[in-house]
Amino acid sequence: MNVFFVPYLAVAALIIIGLYAVILKRNLIKIVIGITLIESGVNLFLITLGFRENSTAPIYTSSPGGIMSLPVPQALTLTSIVIGVAVLALMLTLVIHIYRHYGTLDVRKIKEVEE
Amino acid sequence: MMDFLTTHSPALIVAIPLLGAFLTPLIGKINDKVRNIVVILFVAFTTFLIALLINEVATNGIVTYVFGGGVANIGTLEAPYAIRILFEIDGMNAFMALIAGILPLAAVIYSWGFMKEETGQDKYYTLILLMTAGMLGMILTGDLFNFFVFLEITSIASCALIAFRTDNKYSVQAGFKYIVISAIGALFVLFAIAIFYGQYDALNMAIIANNITYGFLDKVALVILIAALAMKAGLAPMHMWIPDAYGRSPASVTIVLVGATLAGLYGGLRVIFTIYGQQLSTVLHKIEEIEIHLSQILGAFILALAVLSIFIGVFMALKRSDFKKMIAYAAVAEIGYMFLAIGAYLITISSEDPQMLAAGIQSLKGGIFHILNDSLDVGLLLLVAGSVYFATKQTSLNKLGGLARNMKYTTIFFVIGLLAVSGMPPMNGFASKLMIYQSTFQINPIISIIAILCSIMLLAAFVKVFQSIFLGPVIPSLKNVKEVPKSMLIGMGIIACIIIFIGLFPNIVIENLVTPATNALQDTTGYISAITGGV
Repeated sequence: MNVFFVPYLAVAALIIIGLYAVILKRNLIKIVIGITLIESGVNLFLITLGFRENSTAPIYTSSPGGIMSLPVPQALTLTSIVIGVAVLALMLTLVIHIYRHYGTLDVRKIKEVEE
Repeated sequence: MMDFLTTHSPALIVAIPLLGAFLTPLIGKINDKVRNIVVILFVAFTTFLIALLINEVATNGIVTYVFGGGVANIGTLEAPYAIRILFEIDGMNAFMALIAGILPLAAVIYSWGFMKEETGQDKYYTLILLMTAGMLGMILTGDLFNFFVFLEITSIASCALIAFRTDNKYSVQAGFKYIVISAIGALFVLFAIAIFYGQYDALNMAIIANNITYGFLDKVALVILIAALAMKAGLAPMHMWIPDAYGRSPASVTIVLVGATLAGLYGGLRVIFTIYGQQLSTVLHKIEEIEIHLSQILGAFILALAVLSIFIGVFMALKRSDFKKMIAYAAVAEIGYMFLAIGAYLITISSEDPQMLAAGIQSLKGGIFHILNDSLDVGLLLLVAGSVYFATKQTSLNKLGGLARNMKYTTIFFVIGLLAVSGMPPMNGFASKLMIYQSTFQINPIISIIAILCSIMLLAAFVKVFQSIFLGPVIPSLKNVKEVPKSMLIGMGIIACIIIFIGLFPNIVIENLVTPATNALQDTTGYISAITGGV
């Protein structure tokens, strides 16, 4: 089996585990972790797309020669990571607020209080 | 000066609200009044620039605005400057930008009175302006990754605004629900973008549309993109965040949120009609002589979800006793009407019968016209709900009554909104819904009958609200209710005037805005050749 196939398996695993956590877990923190896992999966997918066998870092001036990996997906991933941090911080802030109001992080109990 | 503004309007439309967003906290240090005026001026200037841009698109056709210099000098590329980030504005973008310009303008004027007693107003205005910038960026951009970035800016700003009243546990809950849904949606959009980049080595929408082959990976990307963007647009099985987000956020935020929802809808349209535009006639199955095209399957799928949205929206609106949540469900139904028209068009696209083709185009026109009308109608109703809350601190229908005596103008605005949203003449909702009924009747009478029936039930639901909130005996605790401040009346008045104007002269709007938008959406090759054909 081709070694370069492995990252794609990791991508699929990360996204599926993340979706599983978001859909089936009852704890809000675990839902947040699930979203972070999906994000890591997508980031890994982007990075893998730009990687070539035996390539070096795409720094034009100090390249030892040979092929370089693609810089664009790396730039995209950086942007995506920065956005991800902002979303993560926002989600955790809301989780703190929810905990203050309800005294619990269990989705079922939060639902029971409403209506 | 005017030339400069016109040439650089695509960039300025996004840059001005962004600049305003980060200046607001500084100006807020001086004086609240000065800050409010500056924010209104920033948004008004943006709306003015949008008007300039619409004029430019109407006279000179598709406008492309390339960021970061001219032609890139590397290798052989089919369109050398398409590796840069660029904005591409055709009739459709211009039309959507108009909606995204009017709504924040009404919202910031309305906020002057509405948010007066809230703390943290500096942050509020910063977030509103950020959301506006994000929304306009989503609408104007011609680059998929750029679309994703603006999508995230919009989601983050709107989530913070939905949960703005953090002392209310329901708003915090609604905010969390929204951010979970939009974060997942946006990540899947990014995944689809990565699939495109891996195959076509491009992020530009036109270049991808030009090269797309509709292989296995493209099918996956299509499914992911449509699911994610329909989720952002609140199409029925993924509508559950709308009642919470619309119902729990401050009214002035909700109206901008309507715009953000429609920006998601725009993204969906761009994906279907531009990126997959040339593949819509792909034959997926062939059963003897009958060919089933991609457009038909996609159309049937969208149509089914649209009918579901209309049903869910209308029935839940009838059941609810909370004013704002009711409007939120009505908004779900209205989104269903837009998708209904789009689905009907997709079904007819491969037909050989000229009558069906004409009906399809009419239906698409009605659907696009309805995007504008829905944003105004639902927006007005939400602002009225906000005014009722402002005056009485109540949103439950059971605890309100007899407000018409003390709140004359608000009542008038509610009646206008009520007639418009349920598609009664002479309001704007009638014009677009009539187009949808007429054309879908030719395509399939059952769809049209469902649409009309649901519209009547929507009217029934809102008449019930009208009766229980504004008519009837005055409830003792509400005896001293006062009319809302002038700024809020002006905010509602702007939207009400536009509604009546469109209702009386629908042809002006259809000729100048809707038809160019429809033509632009159908003209995939035009969109592509504006990029590949050189600047």
